[in-house]
Amino acid sequence: MSVRNPLPHDAAALHVTGAARYVDDVPMPAGTLHLAFGTSEIAHGTLADLDLSAVWSADGVVAVLTADDMPFENDVSPSVHDEPMLCTGEIMYYGMPLFLVVATSHHAARHAAAKAKASFDALPAILTIDDALAVDSRFEDVPRIYEKGALEDGFAAASHRISGSFEMGGQEHFYLEGQAALAMPQENGDMVIQSSTQHPTEIQHKVAHAIGVPMHGVRVEIRRMGGGFGGKESQGNALAVACAVAARHTGAPCKMRYDRDDDMMITGKRHEFRVAYDIGFDDDGRLHAVDFTHWARCGWAQDLSLPVADRAMLHADNAYLLDHLRITSHRMKTHTQSATAFRGFGGPQGMLGIERVMDHVAHALGMDAAQVRRVNYYAAAGENDAQTTPYHMPVTDFELHAMTDELLAQSDYTARRAAIADWNAGSPILKRGIAFCPVKFGISFTLTHLNQAGALVHVYQDGSIQLNHGGTEMGQGLFQKVAQVAASRFGVDMDHIRIMATDTGKVPNTSATAASSGTDLNGMAVQAACDTIRERLAVFHAERAGVTANDVQFNDNQVIAGDHSMTFAEAVMLAYQARVSLSSTGFYATPDVEWDRIAGRGRPFFYFAYGAAISEVVVDTLTGENRILRTDILHDAGASLNPALDIGQVEGGFVQGAGWLTTEELVWDDTGRLRTHAPSTYKIPACGDRPDVFNVDLWDGRNREDTIYRSKAVGEPPFMLGNAVFFALSDAVAASGATYPDLQAPATAEAVLAAVGRAQS
Amino acid sequence: MNITFLLNGETVTTDVAPTATLLDWLRAHPQLTGTKEGCNEGDCGACSVMVTDTNGARSLNACILFMPQLNGKAVRTVEGMSDADGTLHPVQQAMIDHHGSQCGFCTPGFVVSMATAHLNGATDHDTQLAGNLCRCTGYAPIIRAAEAVQELPVPTWVNDTPHLGAQDKLAEAASFASLDDFADWYVANPEATLIAGATDVGLWVTKQMRDLEEVAFLAHVPDLAAIIDTGDTLHIGAMATMTDVGAAVADTLPSYAEMIRRYGSTQVRNAATIGGNIANGSPIGDNPPALIALGATLHLRRGAERRAMPIEDFFVAYGQQDRVAAEFVEAVSLPKEAAALRCYKLSKRFDQDISAVCGCFNVEVADDTVRSARIAFGGMAGTPLRASGCEAALLGQPWTPETIEAATEAMTSDYTPMTDMRASADYRMQAAQNMLRRYFHDLAGAPTSVLEVSL
Repeated sequence: MSVRNPLPHDAAALHVTGAARYVDDVPMPAGTLHLAFGTSEIAHGTLADLDLSAVWSADGVVAVLTADDMPFENDVSPSVHDEPMLCTGEIMYYGMPLFLVVATSHHAARHAAAKAKASFDALPAILTIDDALAVDSRFEDVPRIYEKGALEDGFAAASHRISGSFEMGGQEHFYLEGQAALAMPQENGDMVIQSSTQHPTEIQHKVAHAIGVPMHGVRVEIRRMGGGFGGKESQGNALAVACAVAARHTGAPCKMRYDRDDDMMITGKRHEFRVAYDIGFDDDGRLHAVDFTHWARCGWAQDLSLPVADRAMLHADNAYLLDHLRITSHRMKTHTQSATAFRGFGGPQGMLGIERVMDHVAHALGMDAAQVRRVNYYAAAGENDAQTTPYHMPVTDFELHAMTDELLAQSDYTARRAAIADWNAGSPILKRGIAFCPVKFGISFTLTHLNQAGALVHVYQDGSIQLNHGGTEMGQGLFQKVAQVAASRFGVDMDHIRIMATDTGKVPNTSATAASSGTDLNGMAVQAACDTIRERLAVFHAERAGVTANDVQFNDNQVIAGDHSMTFAEAVMLAYQARVSLSSTGFYATPDVEWDRIAGRGRPFFYFAYGAAISEVVVDTLTGENRILRTDILHDAGASLNPALDIGQVEGGFVQGAGWLTTEELVWDDTGRLRTHAPSTYKIPACGDRPDVFNVDLWDGRNREDTIYRSKAVGEPPFMLGNAVFFALSDAVAASGATYPDLQAPATAEAVLAAVGRAQS
Repeated sequence: MNITFLLNGETVTTDVAPTATLLDWLRAHPQLTGTKEGCNEGDCGACSVMVTDTNGARSLNACILFMPQLNGKAVRTVEGMSDADGTLHPVQQAMIDHHGSQCGFCTPGFVVSMATAHLNGATDHDTQLAGNLCRCTGYAPIIRAAEAVQELPVPTWVNDTPHLGAQDKLAEAASFASLDDFADWYVANPEATLIAGATDVGLWVTKQMRDLEEVAFLAHVPDLAAIIDTGDTLHIGAMATMTDVGAAVADTLPSYAEMIRRYGSTQVRNAATIGGNIANGSPIGDNPPALIALGATLHLRRGAERRAMPIEDFFVAYGQQDRVAAEFVEAVSLPKEAAALRCYKLSKRFDQDISAVCGCFNVEVADDTVRSARIAFGGMAGTPLRASGCEAALLGQPWTPETIEAATEAMTSDYTPMTDMRASADYRMQAAQNMLRRYFHDLAGAPTSVLEVSL
């Protein structure tokens, strides 16, 4: 069977030769025009005057469009229609698109866009969480509150109480391929779009509304993205809509790609959070009362902020059974880029809150933080099926006890922790630290209706198979894993399968490839389509051979029915000649999930994915410079469809998560201008930032729920393994003094040095 | 202007605008779209190409590489890394086998950097690949791939010979028979923009979208890149790349060399020149603090006139240098050895990052007394600046923690740093003071660098 094989990425050979095509590499139709936005240079105010004469007269300019030129909807919001693509008068953030230049080249468009003369009437800008709190600028009228048990009972049972508050910064996606789209006008006013998007159906939907046609008039295709990470779930809408509107306006194909600086100035990022906590616990480190308050900085438009902030609440427990808990979540509206989806979708922020509590409690008790974490774990699967999360969902698949035992033993945690203490005693300037962090991550879209997927599989008369589904490929290996499913269903080698670009004309009404759900949903839909065709083949060949359909075997590129044995291609040809349909759709809807996001009750997740990491770091107490020395990871991908690709997700997710919490710092100045808008100033991990020693293993398990070949989703969960780096830094800093270091994220060298100062105070 | 070079083994002659970049040209004309635009400022490496000249093969960022810089050279892109029959380069095969690509967008740049390092026999993979960003893999499988092929032979097809004949075809405006010729030309064209490695000027074009009127490519000026070892002094021509400078000081000034290892990235150091880093007068250039601490001499030239000055005197104020019209940096000379020199580069990320603070210390102690002190910082003022108050507090004093504390206190009168996206003013001051404390421990042999801790 093809599943379980550690096959390379399906496009690996194309990647390494430069032959893999991204949107900007697709040969352009003759006469293609190019677009660029002119953007605002204040964070909040009104546009007093916009003189575009120099833009119009710049070389190569064909048209300049403003909000007044939008023929139908001027909106690129994925949620509540609050996101005009072009400013309609009120400027909402520094970098907001004001006008659209259509020119004969990418360079001409960018040069022209810089020539506008805009004057503004500035208004006070709400930039920070505190600014927003001061004027109660928020999304939703009231904070969301989830509760379980009774806090006062918990505090009454606790012998200790601590409180604290800490900040965690946002994160730029820094997909290596910037946002890009190409619109090609068709007869009848229809539009074909190439878009670097995780959500082709959303692009189709927004373009249809923008050019005033039904969705059937818009077809969206995407072969691959050069990285997405959530940043292409909604942030590509503006480019695709701009291209479609300009193409409709000019009659010519139109292409747009953001220069990196524009990309970072215009698009949303991970939500910055503040988490405050008030905790009651006992001498063993067991938490009895947990009172969390979340403040999320959502930016100027709602985008996906409500489900992001919800998911932060849904991960406020992480791996811990909490009897008395309240989570209060405020979603603050600010004059900054509209924060959006990013790998983990709020989960990392919520999880970091409770991990910070574990770190703080351990420090207060002088205990090993790993021990405090274990004391609070949910019971193992089968031992307490009545235990529930803070949102009253039973936890019946908890794997972390055994995983923790194995990881602590494999990595020699206890002995190393003692050795580090000894080393630190003899090292006044450099301090080492170590931390263990578990991850429990809920799998499913919390907006329940999104948990569906479609597929379309064609078997051609030569036995070759064309595979279509609604998922998009952004590097995660979805296409290959799903192709392995298809090959396994038909019992053929992988070379029988051709994986097609994602196309809304092939599979309609798709959900975003997001929430780690790509393989779970599309794998099942493809399996259903393949099984429909296989069943038709089986019935046909069973009849010819005088056996039952159940007896027909599909293995090793052969079809065997009774005495008849033939190649898959021969079997297909015979069926074709007998007028058997060799094409089928497939559909899947995740069972058993239901969720009331207002009440905070239900089963938002089909299951949980688990992981655990141990990181060791070293810190310079004079400058705060720091480095990861070693990381050991054990991650639960269920029964992995492709261990090589899954380990790739774990390694990459960990480093990305560590980057979020260390070097990746977004800095806005007092005017609301983002000052870290290029890789020269925004620092994602480089090669040398990965751990010197980096051991990653998959947990030998299988999903207790009936997922595709009992695998588990693996896209987002490993991101939060990077938490171990943050708490290892906290541990190292704590070795420099007696006070809890109160480390803030990201733990840049500057933040670490500030924490050293607190520890020594 | 008309240029000729080899592209993946084939001769190309083309007429280009002086500030057309190789990346734009590759993607538009031969439509070699394997070379990607990730940032358009030389910070991500997705556009890496291999360029071979008489000094050998080096990786460069095509996004900030102007076409005239290629005249007479050989360019090999990712499309040219496999053999004509489709046989993959060993690094390409290893990247497949070790799962080194996920989204694949950074992969061509990695393949080029890896193949260039492989060709040159370099196995310091983290340093070789510091200029290639990957957002998907966490780098581990890429390094496994690099290690897997490091002993394998170099495929014959990637060995390029530069297209030397093209030297004859240099366009007049950018071609100089001699250094004297260039000096005279610059006197006649004092408004011209001099382009050395284009790691800074490249961004004027790609990011600031400036139209440069008259330009001169210093790569086309003979004798400006020489590094002359006079025994106790290194005389470094302005056009020496940071790669060459790093190699020149590796044995005798190891701390400076280690700082240079973290300066930009391999691709940037292969293009960036020491003269450019001095001449642009940036307060955060990393060479000036080291050169000031070393007591280096700067050599300027205008026409036939030459003058020399202590390098710190060149930096007058932010954006202002002691340089008259048509005068250019010809060379810098520095002592070949300085046992007490230590260079501390502090940045958010260790590799390929601009310093928040760069502190360079050169204190000579004899009989436990400070005999001389040269201390300079980048990132602490509008120019690279000596810590004169701090030095004064050290001179003649016993080399003790008490003296160090007094000198760190004096530093507060030397500098009034600013807050920006790299660091706050308070942190800059605290870190600068702590660097002096570190220096004290460092000279005593105590472990002070997290980069030197290994398990």
